[in-house]
Amino acid sequence: MKNHVYRPFIVVVVVIALILVARYLYVPKDFGIYERGFMYGYHRKSNEAEWEAFKVKFRTKEYCKDCHPDKYEANMSGKHHVIQCENCHGVAIDHPENPPKLTIDRSRSLCIRCHAKLPYPTSKRGDLPGINPEEHNTDMECVTCHNPHKPDMEGW
Amino acid sequence: MRQTRRDFLKTITRGAVVSALPLGAFKFLSPKEARAAVESTNVRWGFLVDTYKCVGCGFCVKACKLENEVPYDAPVTRTWVERYVILKNGKMLADTPMGGRDGFTEQKVQEQDVPPKDIAKAFFVPKLCNQCENPPCVQVCPVGATYQRADGVVLVDRSWCIGCGYCIMACPYGVRFFHPVYRTAEKCTFCIHRLVKGMNTACVDACPFGARKVGNLKDPNDPVTKVVLNERVAVLKPEYGTKPQAFYIGLDENVR
Repeated sequence: MKNHVYRPFIVVVVVIALILVARYLYVPKDFGIYERGFMYGYHRKSNEAEWEAFKVKFRTKEYCKDCHPDKYEANMSGKHHVIQCENCHGVAIDHPENPPKLTIDRSRSLCIRCHAKLPYPTSKRGDLPGINPEEHNTDMECVTCHNPHKPDMEGW
Repeated sequence: MRQTRRDFLKTITRGAVVSALPLGAFKFLSPKEARAAVESTNVRWGFLVDTYKCVGCGFCVKACKLENEVPYDAPVTRTWVERYVILKNGKMLADTPMGGRDGFTEQKVQEQDVPPKDIAKAFFVPKLCNQCENPPCVQVCPVGATYQRADGVVLVDRSWCIGCGYCIMACPYGVRFFHPVYRTAEKCTFCIHRLVKGMNTACVDACPFGARKVGNLKDPNDPVTKVVLNERVAVLKPEYGTKPQAFYIGLDENVR
């Protein structure tokens, strides 16, 4: 066969080879088909470990109770024992190293998340003690009268 | 060429046998594929939501955003809480201001006053990724950036995602969104970094009323599995065939 017929054929082969080499170099070695098969499990395996190494920030009461036993005991003996410290005090992350001080949210808007009265008969919300935030001591913070760690209707 | 009847029949039989062999018989499994087909993991994460217990405080949404570094004031969230108010005249009102991040503090729904005597039923429904058994969001990914782990959790590889947005369109539950900082598809990871350390997800820990629970559906003694097996639970949009693994107690037909 004539040379001019071969030439474009060689070009095509070289282009395909270049693409395959580029793909080999670019795609990570652990990219492939894993447990869930091709349809759901085609991925880079090391990404799973990357997600598992994500930083835990919300540490829960277990993290707080050893250094703040008095606050922990007070809180656990009252109705607010169901609420995590970090819901009001902010996420602990690596406290006391980082951050050295947590920012406490004492605002009314935090309390009325649960305690703004909503008359919902088929939800637990309807059973919670609630106020109308537009009428109930509008110029004061709730913590002026109510102990947030161990609340009762009597106040501090 | 002479051909005996015997030779002819032999050839015909051989030809029939060969043509009857399915193509699959010639497929060789790699050792990895063979092992994956035989071994199955003993963990499958699932979620249980009790809509009777949810009070709409939104602590779950707040905790999720802080835990998972989802921009706090951007209108995107991995989990959210919806409020449904069904009136006695059959009309339904629903809202989720900022995904319920700051709780539900107003009686007004969708800018509309709702007199308590008109309410037939009202409740809150927390939503998050259902970690479907057949996740359509994974099927549509053109580059293999999103995938399902052996324990059922669907994740996004941020370094591989090209941000085409197909998966955001494909999810029937609208749980995926575009991360404004990383510029990639973003979704609930079931706090896999916490689950592998033996903790609960951030939203489960933050919930004061136990409305949210996460558990291993392959462990028959897990409290979540017991409820899913023994009590009346429902899933969202079962008609899509996605087999969601987030189960709801007290789901209403008005919830979409």
